[in-house]
Amino acid sequence: MAARIQIPKQAKRGEVIEVRIVIQHDMETGYRHDDVGHLIKRNVINAFSCRYNGIEVFRADLSSGISANPYLQFYTVAEASGEFEFYWIDDEGRQGLERQSIVVTA
Amino acid sequence: MRRRDFLAGAAGLVALPALPQAARAQVTPLDPHLWAITKGVPVSKGRVRLELPQLADNGNSVAMKVSVDSPMTANDHVKGIHLFSDRNPVTHMASFHLGPRAGKAEVSSRVRLAGSQRVTAVAQFSDGSFWSDTAEVVVTLSACLDES
Repeated sequence: MAARIQIPKQAKRGEVIEVRIVIQHDMETGYRHDDVGHLIKRNVINAFSCRYNGIEVFRADLSSGISANPYLQFYTVAEASGEFEFYWIDDEGRQGLERQSIVVTA
Repeated sequence: MRRRDFLAGAAGLVALPALPQAARAQVTPLDPHLWAITKGVPVSKGRVRLELPQLADNGNSVAMKVSVDSPMTANDHVKGIHLFSDRNPVTHMASFHLGPRAGKAEVSSRVRLAGSQRVTAVAQFSDGSFWSDTAEVVVTLSACLDES
């Protein structure tokens, strides 16, 4: 599961920074049928979390009500240089993990 | 029974059903889902801004933005934003959990809408209060139930 993440490479301490992520995922609703009429099983990313230097700053519980290739935009305060860790898991148990680093200046 | 007592009682019976009417009018299909989160705490209108287009051509992907009026400090911040749909097969669309580290109580995403409907965003504050906003969306081509 590929993801595209956008966070600033550099920020000032205390600055509110914007985090944007798009994850490549069908977000299968469980209401569609395949070519031979069988119901396609629901498979959505049901949990997403963002950690900043090990501390959770954002978490989301998602459902089939979120579009395919889910897009999330949220904010966090730049506290210290370090790493953002993005984690998600879908109904089939497939997990995704992406990391992005940030430099915070005083 | 005296005629006078009977008449007084009958008048009371006629007056009675008018009372719970106001209370009953507030019950909506969303309530059980809301209740699971609020645990009975009343939800007030305001402090939340839910932005959705008035008209969406395709319900499969509708841009959504919720912003909440909050200083986002350790003592006064938004703990969660919950999104509800009154026509989707899954009523509780998403929950976003924030904290004072967020700095700004705003979340954007893209949602699926199965038909024209009202979407509700409920924000849970650190002091235990709940605030909400609703948005009406007209959807031309609905999501989920279409074989597309």
